[in-house]
Amino acid sequence: MTHIEVTVNGEKRPDEVEPRLLLVHYLREVLGLRAANVGCDTTSCGACTVLLDGKSVKSCTVLAVQASGHEVTTAEGLAVDGELHPVQAAFRQNHGLQCGFCTPGMVMAAVGLLSENPHPTEAQVREGLEGNLCRCTGYHNIVRSVLAAADQANAADQANTAGPANTAGPANTAGPANTEVTA
Amino acid sequence: MIPAQFDYVAAESTSHALSLLAEHGDDAKVLAGGHSLLPMMKLRLAQPEILIDIGGLIELAGVSTNGNELVIGATTRHADLAASELVRAEAPLLAYAAGQVGDPQIRHRGTIGGSLSHADPAADLPMALVALGGSVELQGPGGSRTVSADDFFQGFFETAMQPDELLTAVRVPRRPGVPWGYQKFVRRANDWAIVGVAAVDGRIALANMGPKPLRATAAEEALARGASAAEAAQHAAEGTSPGEDMHADREYRRHLATVLTRRALEHETG
Amino acid sequence: MSILGTRVLRTEDPKFLTTGGVYTEDLVDERLDGACHVFFVRSPLAHARITSIDVSAALEAPGVVAVYTGADLADLAPIPPAVAGLINTEMQQRLLATDKTRFVGEPVAAVVTEHPYQGEDAVELVTVDYDPLPAALGFDPSDDSLLFEAAGTNVAGYWGDASSLKPELFDGCEVVVKQTIVNQRVAPAPMETRAAAAVWGEDGRLTAWIPNQGAQGTKSSMAKLLGIDEGLVRVITPDVGGAFGAKFGADPEHVVVAWIARHLGRPARWTETRYENLIAMTHGRAQQHTVTIGGSRDGNVQAYRLEIVQDAGAYPKIGAVLPMLTILMTTGPYDIPEAEAVAKVVVTNTTPIGAYRGAGRPEATAAIERAIDLFAAEIGADPADVRRKNLLAPFTEPHRTAFGALYDTGDYVAALDKALDAAGYHELRKEQARRRASGDIRQLGIGVASYVEITGMGDGEETPPQENATVEVHPDGTATILTGTSPHGQGHATAWAMIASEELGIPIEKITLKWGDTDLIPEGGGTGGSRSLQQGGAAVQQAAQELLEVARLRAAAELEANAADLIYDKTRSAFNVAGDPDASVPLTQLAENERLLIRTVFSQPGATFPFGTHVAVVEVDTETGKADLRRVITVDDAGTILNPLLAEGQRHGGIGQGAAQAFLEEVVYDEDGNPLTTSFADYPIVSATEVPSFELADMATPTTYNPLGAKGIGEAGSIGSTPAVQNAVVDAVAHLGVRHIDMPVTSRRVWQALQAAQPGSEQ
Repeated sequence: MTHIEVTVNGEKRPDEVEPRLLLVHYLREVLGLRAANVGCDTTSCGACTVLLDGKSVKSCTVLAVQASGHEVTTAEGLAVDGELHPVQAAFRQNHGLQCGFCTPGMVMAAVGLLSENPHPTEAQVREGLEGNLCRCTGYHNIVRSVLAAADQANAADQANTAGPANTAGPANTAGPANTEVTA
Repeated sequence: MIPAQFDYVAAESTSHALSLLAEHGDDAKVLAGGHSLLPMMKLRLAQPEILIDIGGLIELAGVSTNGNELVIGATTRHADLAASELVRAEAPLLAYAAGQVGDPQIRHRGTIGGSLSHADPAADLPMALVALGGSVELQGPGGSRTVSADDFFQGFFETAMQPDELLTAVRVPRRPGVPWGYQKFVRRANDWAIVGVAAVDGRIALANMGPKPLRATAAEEALARGASAAEAAQHAAEGTSPGEDMHADREYRRHLATVLTRRALEHETG
Repeated sequence: MSILGTRVLRTEDPKFLTTGGVYTEDLVDERLDGACHVFFVRSPLAHARITSIDVSAALEAPGVVAVYTGADLADLAPIPPAVAGLINTEMQQRLLATDKTRFVGEPVAAVVTEHPYQGEDAVELVTVDYDPLPAALGFDPSDDSLLFEAAGTNVAGYWGDASSLKPELFDGCEVVVKQTIVNQRVAPAPMETRAAAAVWGEDGRLTAWIPNQGAQGTKSSMAKLLGIDEGLVRVITPDVGGAFGAKFGADPEHVVVAWIARHLGRPARWTETRYENLIAMTHGRAQQHTVTIGGSRDGNVQAYRLEIVQDAGAYPKIGAVLPMLTILMTTGPYDIPEAEAVAKVVVTNTTPIGAYRGAGRPEATAAIERAIDLFAAEIGADPADVRRKNLLAPFTEPHRTAFGALYDTGDYVAALDKALDAAGYHELRKEQARRRASGDIRQLGIGVASYVEITGMGDGEETPPQENATVEVHPDGTATILTGTSPHGQGHATAWAMIASEELGIPIEKITLKWGDTDLIPEGGGTGGSRSLQQGGAAVQQAAQELLEVARLRAAAELEANAADLIYDKTRSAFNVAGDPDASVPLTQLAENERLLIRTVFSQPGATFPFGTHVAVVEVDTETGKADLRRVITVDDAGTILNPLLAEGQRHGGIGQGAAQAFLEEVVYDEDGNPLTTSFADYPIVSATEVPSFELADMATPTTYNPLGAKGIGEAGSIGSTPAVQNAVVDAVAHLGVRHIDMPVTSRRVWQALQAAQPGSEQ
């Protein structure tokens, strides 16, 4: 057994775990945080997505021991004072979920995406969610939810900041402009 | 989808990691991002007795310059590589390739050292390194050595690394302003390449046209003789040994190689 | 202001968004304390005799409680084939394969451990000796290698009579086109895999938590397969992470888990991995179609023949029955004077076929939509014009087809024109022409598909489709609905609350829906075949109305007035004497002395028939063959829409899956029957980058069959989109000589079709 200390949703937790214990199972079975789901065997589906030090990761492909000394945020930890996080609220407003199985992972991936690219285009949202599979929605309303959350945040920023409105910020695309497929 | 049991130790320093490797040899695997290794272990295709975690060694991460080379620490994550202003300016093909690996979550964890050691012939970074004519720095009990990309990848998931060696850094020539092209033909966005091509500065590397990333040497020679992109690309599949799978047979792969090589030589990404 | 027809947000969502749904794997229940965990040893061979099973090493492994094989379950009867009278009765499935295994992934043994992490370790230690047999595969599996020796054939059955096909059917047709088409095998692949949790009480009753599409049907199956009285079984349905037709009834694994719990006298739990899900959950489709279509040069289709071969997989389950539905919908929305259809069902050494979104009807649509395009190409006509020419004229009285389907209401030409208009069809054709003229590498393809489909079918016209609902109003002002439907993402908790709220005036936040617990709701048809709103929703409305009638009588007594003089004021949820608002009594008060509840059964005259047209726009890279889906424009007319937000979601999801079948998905087996698509890395369910945002045009032709005017919408999206996308990709390269490409229209297939169409190449 290995001793770990992971901070989960703001709370530091010491535990003794098997090295092979996957982070997703540590969260679900040891901590009782079962929003993240296991949906595949090959790091494909993203239903297990959480934030690790603020970055979206697939918790099925992280060992709990690797998370020791780091911070994990799960869907359960997103709500602010019992209110839905803006991304969660946007998913509700836009019917971005049906059966809900992919949803916590999708929401965490969206939170991660928007933290790195607060003003994504539709194409960037779709690419940003390429690691999250959904079988129910056809992605249409998921994309709308993320764009709506971005719009909301943008509007809030504009209301709050006194300075020039939404500058483009550092380019977040990895390649030259002609990676976009034109219709 | 649970790995077989193993022991785990978090290395406290590079030399600690090396002494552990020397001690355990073939029984050990190095863990950094774990996004090449852990998927294999979850399918029980790899069952090391002990994992040596180098993820916490910050001395092994980061990008710097050294003369006419970029030096990239082995545990630099794909996302950081893709976003690095320095790499985007000096070796944009590498930054682009890193941004193509898997999906955002995978890129937040996977490292260049891990991806290169894994040596999947269909992967982005091995092909990119071969196209760039880069090299890897290996440290072992006897000291360190540099191996060129052309020599490093030896076969299907096989590299020149010895069991007691650690890949500590990656070097690529600095080529600011030099045009490049990259083509990754996939079925779905985060699939591995059915065929991939990376081209820069007269060098052309191919992914998934053989057991390791290959140089399209016949096409390169044609270019050197003054052939156009289209003419040179006709030779792209010569000397390759593409496999057959449910995505493509050999003939289709060869055809894709020529089309994608032409596009890469025309400095297109896609 | 009516709440019906408005975009009410789902009351379910806050839970799903924060703490997450509670799926079977998530269950924390004291009844399951101390549960052991079940893992299956599965056959690695497509066809083999099992000569021995050695469990000794597994029994020694850490945490192993027990290991069971088919011999231990000998007292349980095998699963008979679906529709045993029509399908060869020899084709039975043992819960754990005993003498023989017939598909890769078939469960052969069950290992039980204390902790879930010990299971895979122990499974590896079970040694099974197999004597391999040749695999019988494909649509014409050889009888040299019989799956069921006692059956003497690999043909499981027939639908329709091939000897009744008329050779002269196409006499008089100026143009006849024949094509063999594959409607390929796909995997339903819901995000939640199969699972079960089971415990037996001291009263000898089984409580089983199983993700399912109809607890009552699952209960019947469990009882039957366990060989016990139905009264001894309680099935509870946790949140279900998608189903798409593949979670009806009970699978062998569910039964084995329950049996283990009884045998060990402790709760037992099981969750399958994605690998297991992709090879052992039933697959969908797997039909081969030979279509023959004939007509006049000016575009009238005069005759159509559909010959189907259904690959049922190793054991004939509902997949073996689906061709009956395909045949029922043979001519779709078209008015074709002469048409005939027959089907043959074969067994092969592959995963059994079950229902998958559309279940037999998408296949009919895909066949005729391809046939119409082939006919149009042959006569050089625009495929939309050919459709318009041949669609049934609008009707408001039920229309009986030659295949026995009774379409309730329909206006197919309006749907076609509306979709074409929304797509900007003529501009698209102009753009296509421009690119063709300039030889663009990226060609534009436009695909059209018109469909009609059958929803809410009962057990035939003799047994009208029906559903029950119970509505209860509580003294505290809340209400509870019990439904026989079984939502797994469709939003019934919100939708049924809307319906009850509309009648009773109680706000939806105060209305709770319950479903899926057979002790609470002993009868119900579940959710599938797009039946729920039209029958289940109508039942809720009827129950609420009947409840008000009971309440009215109580109010009359309370107010000492005539019942006929009372009016129900929804805004106050109270009865008052007409003209005297102060003489009133709230509904809740009428529940104080005696429970105020009504259980009702709503019956519908028959199935309903939603319809529509899909238009797909693709760009094909003619150098690589890769098709990108650019736009999907749909009209899906499912009658009156209760909640447009939910209806759109169902359409989106259907379009996504339908399009994915057209250009991406396929379960692939090698020549030895080994599945190659065993993970989400290999089996390409679509991600957000492969599909665009969809363009939905609205059209509502109500049915007269239920007071909501509603037809089913859950599957329609996947029925129209598949042929629209396939047709679009073929259309993109039609000018280069390509007439047909089988699904999935992968880049390789497109490229091969382009090669084959080159002048001088062998066709």
